Amino acid sequence: MGLLSKKDAKLITDPLADNNPITIQVLGICSALAITAELKASLVMGIAVMFVLGIGNVVISLMRNIIPSKIRIIVQLIVVAALVIIVDQVLKAFAYELSKTLSVFVGLIITNCIIMGRFEAFALANKPWRSFLDGIGNSLGYAVILIIVGFFRELLGSGTLFGIPVLGDPIEKTGVYSLGYENNGFMLMPPMALIIVGLIIWVQRSRNKALIED
Amino acid sequence: MAMNTDKNSYTVIFAIVMVLVVGSLLAFTAATLKPNIAENRRMEKQQNILYAMGVNGNEGDGDITFVSTDKVAADFSKYITKQLVIENGVAKEDNEAYLIDIKKEQAKAKTGGTRRLPLFVGEKDGKTFYIAPIRGKGLWDAIWGYVAMDENMVVQGTFFDHAGETPGLGANIKQRYFMDDFYGEKLLTDAGVFKGITVAKGNNDPKNEIKDDYEVDALAGATITGDGVTAMIKKDLRLYQPYFENLKKLASN
Repeated sequence: MGLLSKKDAKLITDPLADNNPITIQVLGICSALAITAELKASLVMGIAVMFVLGIGNVVISLMRNIIPSKIRIIVQLIVVAALVIIVDQVLKAFAYELSKTLSVFVGLIITNCIIMGRFEAFALANKPWRSFLDGIGNSLGYAVILIIVGFFRELLGSGTLFGIPVLGDPIEKTGVYSLGYENNGFMLMPPMALIIVGLIIWVQRSRNKALIED
Repeated sequence: MAMNTDKNSYTVIFAIVMVLVVGSLLAFTAATLKPNIAENRRMEKQQNILYAMGVNGNEGDGDITFVSTDKVAADFSKYITKQLVIENGVAKEDNEAYLIDIKKEQAKAKTGGTRRLPLFVGEKDGKTFYIAPIRGKGLWDAIWGYVAMDENMVVQGTFFDHAGETPGLGANIKQRYFMDDFYGEKLLTDAGVFKGITVAKGNNDPKNEIKDDYEVDALAGATITGDGVTAMIKKDLRLYQPYFENLKKLASN
């Protein structure tokens, strides 16, 4: 990568695999369970978090020398909340349809532990550009897991991807349904998201033994 | 950094300045964008009412599509012939009836006041639609909708929306396949008693072909949202029954 130094590039690539916020740091699990019943919702959530974490990290990084350490968590919370609310208001005024799709996610973004975690662990101690890359990297890592989970849950639970039927019609019994296949309604329930995340963690740790803790 | 950021006085000043800055920023954003947001909400209501009576841009099996925002005002005055407000059993015309806040009216009824009931009369292809707004509780937040009926209180179309149901589960009440299921369902028994429609699990009618069972097929994984839809249909539409009885009396006289 010509644009990024090797050290900077690692900020993006690390969270995608060996330092993934969900599977390794086990942060942001709540939203991973809540909204991955559909691929579209997973994707939207991924993009929304990327936006907030990217900008939030920069803001916190710019303020890092003036934030009193005693109240830094509150300051971080205010920054996230203010950012999310402003974005929500702007969307409501200029892209009303989009804002309706996103409204459910607003609360989930503010309380996402990944955002607070990155502010605390990275942005408070690093320069804006590196903080920005860290934010993008971590939200990409988050989005990847969400999309994998969303893919399996929507495919096996509803037989669709992005709302488009891919396995045939379950009521008319066409496609694979004519062979006696049934949608697994359990896949739509939050526990299945946890099980899929567990499977991802299993695969990841058996491929890279260094990740296994005692 | 020369500044001592650990001092108590610094912390307090920082907190005050931060609150003032963020507070005014949010207030400024809210105030500047308010007219735009209000206008969007107003158009959305008109779009929703028109959607329920079948004036929409739906194509084939695709997603729900409203009439476009630049056409909605014209279409609303073209298709909605009368806007009524029913208060104490008396129906009066009111051209701003669609702006009535159902939440406030429900609260009024609870504290002993009289609830104003908006009803929109629409005409399309020679057919008359009576569209009533409903509102209730889902799993996480409010759910609401509009139900279009004919003069016998047989459902001719619905629109449902929600503030924060779970995407992929309860949020699917906003999907076409769920709304379309209500078409042709009856609200009254043959004897004319209000029965409502139940969003039922295991009604053995997933294609929803049986139209006189007072049931539509529930959504997987959305029991409480479905129950909320049942409740708001039964509670709010019941209030409109006297109006329809009156209508019949007038017709037979």
